[in-house]
Amino acid sequence: MPRRDDIHSILIIGSGPIVIGQACEFDYSGTQACKALREEGYKVILVNSNPATIMTDPETADRTYIEPITWQAIEKVIAQERPDALLPTLGGQTGLNAAIDLHEHGVLEKYGVTMLGAQVDVIKKAEDRQLFKDAMEKIGLNCPESVVVSTLEHAMEVVEEIGLPCIIRPSFTMGGAGGGVVFNREEYREVVTRGLMLSPVTEVLVEQSVLGWKEYELEVMRDHADNCVVICSIENIDPMGVHTGDSITVAPSLTLTDREYQIMRDAGFACIREIGVETGGSNIQFAINPKNGEMIIIEMNPRVSRSSALASKATGFPIAKFAAKLAVGYTLDEIDNDITRKTPASFEPSIDYCVVKVPRFAFEKFPDADSTLGSQMKSVGEAMSIGRTFKEALQKALRSTEEGYAGFGLHRRDPMLTDNPPSREEIEAHLGRPNGHRIHYLRYALRSGFTTEEIHRLTGIDPWFLAQFEDLVATEDTLRAHPALADVPDALLRRAKREGFADAQLANLYRMDEMAVRADRIARGILPTYKLVDTCAAEFEAATPYYYSTWEDECEARISDRPKMMILGSGPNRIGQGVEFDYCCVHAAFALRDAGYETIMVNSNPETVSTDYDTSDLLFFEPLTLEDVLNIHDRLKPEGVIVQFGGQTPLKLAKALEDAGVKILGTSPDSIDLAEDRESFAKILDDLGLRQPPNGMARNSTEALEIARRVGYPVLVRPSYVLGGRGMMLVYDDESLVRYVRSGVEVSDDRPVLLDRFLEDAIEVDVDAICDGENVVVAGIMEHIEEAGVHSGDSQCSIPPPTLPKHVLDEIRVAAEKLARAVEVIGLMNVQFAVQNEDVYVLEVNPRASRTVPYVSKAIGLPIAKVAALAMSGTSLPDQGVTHVPVPKHSSVKAPVFPFNRFTGVDVVLGPEMQSTGEVMGIDADFGIAFAKSLMSAGTHVPFEGGTVFLSVKEEDREAANYIGEELARLGYGLVSTAGTRATLAAAGVEAELVHKIRERVRPNVLDLLTDGKIDLIINTPTGRGARTDEGKIRAAAVEKGVACITTLSGAAAAINAIDRIREAGYTVKALQDYFAPA
Amino acid sequence: MRRTGPPALLALEDGSVFRGEGFGADGSCEGEVVFNTSLTGYQEILTDPSYKGQIVTMTAPLIGNYGINSEDAEAERAWVEGFVIRELSTIASNFRSHEDLHSYLLRSGVTGIEGVDTRALTRRIREQGALRGIVSTVERDADTLVDRARSIPHMEGRNLVNEVTRRREAMWDQGVSTAQFLPEPGAFDGPIFDLTVIDFGAKWNILRNLTSHGFRVRVVPADASLETVLADGAGIVPDAVFLSNGPGDPSVLTHAQNVARGIIEKGVPLFGICLGHQIIAHALGGRTYKLPFGHHGGNHPVMDLTTNRVEITAQNHGFAVHEDLFKDGQIELTHKSLNDHTVEGLRHTKLPVMSVQHHPEAAPGPHDSLYLFRRFRDELVARIS
Repeated sequence: MPRRDDIHSILIIGSGPIVIGQACEFDYSGTQACKALREEGYKVILVNSNPATIMTDPETADRTYIEPITWQAIEKVIAQERPDALLPTLGGQTGLNAAIDLHEHGVLEKYGVTMLGAQVDVIKKAEDRQLFKDAMEKIGLNCPESVVVSTLEHAMEVVEEIGLPCIIRPSFTMGGAGGGVVFNREEYREVVTRGLMLSPVTEVLVEQSVLGWKEYELEVMRDHADNCVVICSIENIDPMGVHTGDSITVAPSLTLTDREYQIMRDAGFACIREIGVETGGSNIQFAINPKNGEMIIIEMNPRVSRSSALASKATGFPIAKFAAKLAVGYTLDEIDNDITRKTPASFEPSIDYCVVKVPRFAFEKFPDADSTLGSQMKSVGEAMSIGRTFKEALQKALRSTEEGYAGFGLHRRDPMLTDNPPSREEIEAHLGRPNGHRIHYLRYALRSGFTTEEIHRLTGIDPWFLAQFEDLVATEDTLRAHPALADVPDALLRRAKREGFADAQLANLYRMDEMAVRADRIARGILPTYKLVDTCAAEFEAATPYYYSTWEDECEARISDRPKMMILGSGPNRIGQGVEFDYCCVHAAFALRDAGYETIMVNSNPETVSTDYDTSDLLFFEPLTLEDVLNIHDRLKPEGVIVQFGGQTPLKLAKALEDAGVKILGTSPDSIDLAEDRESFAKILDDLGLRQPPNGMARNSTEALEIARRVGYPVLVRPSYVLGGRGMMLVYDDESLVRYVRSGVEVSDDRPVLLDRFLEDAIEVDVDAICDGENVVVAGIMEHIEEAGVHSGDSQCSIPPPTLPKHVLDEIRVAAEKLARAVEVIGLMNVQFAVQNEDVYVLEVNPRASRTVPYVSKAIGLPIAKVAALAMSGTSLPDQGVTHVPVPKHSSVKAPVFPFNRFTGVDVVLGPEMQSTGEVMGIDADFGIAFAKSLMSAGTHVPFEGGTVFLSVKEEDREAANYIGEELARLGYGLVSTAGTRATLAAAGVEAELVHKIRERVRPNVLDLLTDGKIDLIINTPTGRGARTDEGKIRAAAVEKGVACITTLSGAAAAINAIDRIREAGYTVKALQDYFAPA
Repeated sequence: MRRTGPPALLALEDGSVFRGEGFGADGSCEGEVVFNTSLTGYQEILTDPSYKGQIVTMTAPLIGNYGINSEDAEAERAWVEGFVIRELSTIASNFRSHEDLHSYLLRSGVTGIEGVDTRALTRRIREQGALRGIVSTVERDADTLVDRARSIPHMEGRNLVNEVTRRREAMWDQGVSTAQFLPEPGAFDGPIFDLTVIDFGAKWNILRNLTSHGFRVRVVPADASLETVLADGAGIVPDAVFLSNGPGDPSVLTHAQNVARGIIEKGVPLFGICLGHQIIAHALGGRTYKLPFGHHGGNHPVMDLTTNRVEITAQNHGFAVHEDLFKDGQIELTHKSLNDHTVEGLRHTKLPVMSVQHHPEAAPGPHDSLYLFRRFRDELVARIS
């Protein structure tokens, strides 16, 4: 059956900000869906609050609403656009939940909007634990024994039957948020309580533990004619007990016989049919008892997911794109396989390689958080790799994570290369407790004489995988038997390369330079080959140039004689480097393709739009390391390489690439370094007559103390060369400074620490500008809402600046222009300023794409990454018609989103170290309303209607806090305060109820009020930090209760303004296209 | 622990040579080199008699992971001539496994080669068609091997059925199919039918599935006469006849074609799979031709034209039925391949004859086409009621 003609316009709900469990995979799937539906002639209306997405580019959908993903806001969009249908299965759990809300509030019915793909009852049947269990039992599939509870009392009865350990799964939370494996009664009580709180329906499932069983996933698609196919099977190396998002996984499944696999496939189809997903993709998880093959079904997601993005990249089969086509009436056999272009999509990909996915964690950002992996997802990103064998793919994946590993061991700081290897006890501890480094401890264990039986007992990992690790260790042994690389026979070197050993690993082993290894290897004629990802194991010819490297006989790379440009992506998502950079890389590919170049994308992150084979002319799914990039470069000989769009990942390679003869496009690596080199940079500022906070660079603690005395406390310290404020800290005294220098960061002559005088009460300003070498265009000036000291990535900010006077803005603009020319920027540049008493200071210059590029582009209506890419390839700004960016008439407020709810007990105070995973944007003609929208989008529950506010500020803020108190009182809020703040308020004539601090040991204290739901908003500027302080506990509890917690006075003031404006006028929604419509 | 195999060569008639390490039995083996794109199921593939005369390359690179077990064989021995893979697993990891692949092939006298760029080999076969080749761990001279590859008989015109068929007739007593997750409800309801299976190299899972679907299965050798097929020693006349899969070129199997024609003329219900399907086409006056590199895998989409449903099928055939069979309207095309639109199934419009090219018994492969056993049975039920 062809496409449905009874619908003409379709609403798609995106997944909102990047959070743990929901990352840029939904930008990939959503963008694909928008494209696919528009290709079919439908009008696509999109709601997504995340500006850092390709999906929210005005070209992607017909009508783009960067508005909160709440049913109330979406209702306004529906009222305005009157879509015929809603496709809810492409925006992750957020999109699905919003669709259910819309249904339950009668919005869909009221406006006659049809649901496509999956109906509400289907979604509920899949997501509601009990309904799902009942449905599976009906078709003869076993689920783990489990009981749904909605009260703690019931839960305490249930645990008697189910036994411990058991698993807690809150209903309707994404990525298993709030769940976990519990081993004792105390933990059980704690996790159930939290789960009930987090579940939007106050319901958790208490489930029998199948710890240690093998875990599998199937990506299944179904069309309305009931044709079903499995796109990919995925096997978790980490057995049951670790969330699949945190597991190292492989595709296809490797340890199942055909009989077992087909039984699972039958079960998958039975499941999707019984649940009733009409069309589209679903992810179904199974566990298999390794002792007897007993199979149980764990769960099903009736929508595209992180795993479906992985499956798409692993097979070349674009699940989301086809899911969209199936939703509007096509059957699988009516859709062409994109890659072969001859065969239909109604088939199951066969792959002739192995895919490994490795998660990337950010525990270094949250030292208080428990790094044990369990049923709740904790990773912030992932890298995928492709190799012909598991060994090769695993090593490539491990070096793709950019966590300092070069593969399976033999990294620079490999303890097995030292005289001080980890002890047996340490190894055992790291094997028995699932954690992000366990894979490396597996090697330490094998090298330390653990048997595979012992390791299996400790980890539950299938012996097949352990044998693979053993193979790698055996090859390492064979290599170690040779004293130098020169002694290694060609056959052995080739075998090592075929097993994924990197030049860097060999360099570390033989203590030589990586480039020397490379030269030796090339001299021996040992070169990589490139093979195609083609969905069909070479049975048909592939039209799509999607490649991976491997060390085989035949290279399939088809190389044209067109001029080429290579773009280096940003690798796995992490805090500080996320979807924003992928956005920039995608824009570079689009711009350069339009300019007539053949574009080459290199990236290792399967969640991204950049690794969609449609984005560039040639896609290389490869680790972003010097070796892998140079190998591609050797083969394709591009005119130039873009390193400034992918964040730190490619920037770290820039110098070495240039040294190897690669032409770096745009700003030179020397200029990029110049901005990092404090001394040269200070000189530039002097020459330009620009101000900088007093600062210095220290190589040891003595130097650090000297500088601190010279510039005065508080001092902002940080290591050189970091992104996302890694290791950055505000210190107030000598003691903390010395502690900082001596521990935590690695300080040396090569890696000094930077110290800056901290400008108190300053306003921070970010500027993004484009320069073609001569002409500079300042694209956006962003005023931060939080005071200086909060990492710019964690701060709310606004375009245009709401408070800064024009002469200050002019000064900033001129300074940015001067800097761009002085640093010889070609491409993008980000400058951070601080304004203290109208004095403008330059804090930092980064001559590269910044995190704010997509936000600025959306706010001003100009795709600045594209403009910059063209400038880098030689088209001047005037030639592009870009000479001036007018200040927009509307306000765009960016707000960060934090993962605190994933790391229970972690203090949530903002500081110089970036902690947010994603961002949202509120846009409106009025600043107050744009700000309010940004809070709604970020999921901050501001009690607009009224309620009780807990106001407690540090002594220095008390005077200023009076204004906040007065305003809140005027707006009718009840106030509670601790003694100090209360006294100051009283003096100013503002009444507040007294509440005790925790340490006063008088109950009820503030924590009690919070737990009882008697506080609706917290305004607390911190005196102390850390999970153990009173304030830390309050803030952590606020996160758990979902009570908004504002930790800066400027944030509080902006929130009050927002409340005022919303109460006055409510809010309306407006499509991005209308903000920039020609008048 | 990793074993080091002897150096091995794979030489093809086009002069190309692939190097690797031998596993399984030392020696040389010859045959037509084909590739199979199944991700799982090497044990079933190795033991499928239809691979007689062929060296099989697995496009899935990691083979041997779950070893060999006692339940998944499709015959009592391995039938492939040789086995070409990218990487052999060093261990067998599965609760059902009792032997590793290397030991099994060693015991079975099958020579394997690992370490081969199987994707390059597959692309060569895709472009040039199935190639005659030789795998050897004993002969090290590439030119000699290429010459020998060129003297291997072509698959066209080869009768390989005699080498794989059973010598004596027997009742199938090796049980029913247990691999499905959901037994088809009511499969055993109703009458038990007597069925004669002509064994051209029948896969056990066909026999198991027929048994599962309420057939009492008597298996006779390929050279059985029409009379033997249509009556056993005790004079029991079968309710229907089934023609199995098997190796080689169907066009040279004149005895089988004649027997099939006899069965059809007598109006005895007839069902055929794979080679059996091709023999039926010949018996109905059609012809077959050799496909360039055949269909071997578990992901082939086929449309059942009677329901317009797509099924993902297991396939293993090098020849196909020519479409001119359907010109006069007597014979109906029931199934076609969605990949290359070749004939996948047929039925007679008036007589009780049906057959499919693909493998509803799967093993290895998806179970989407199991309904065909049911459909065959339903027709018999309809005839008696």
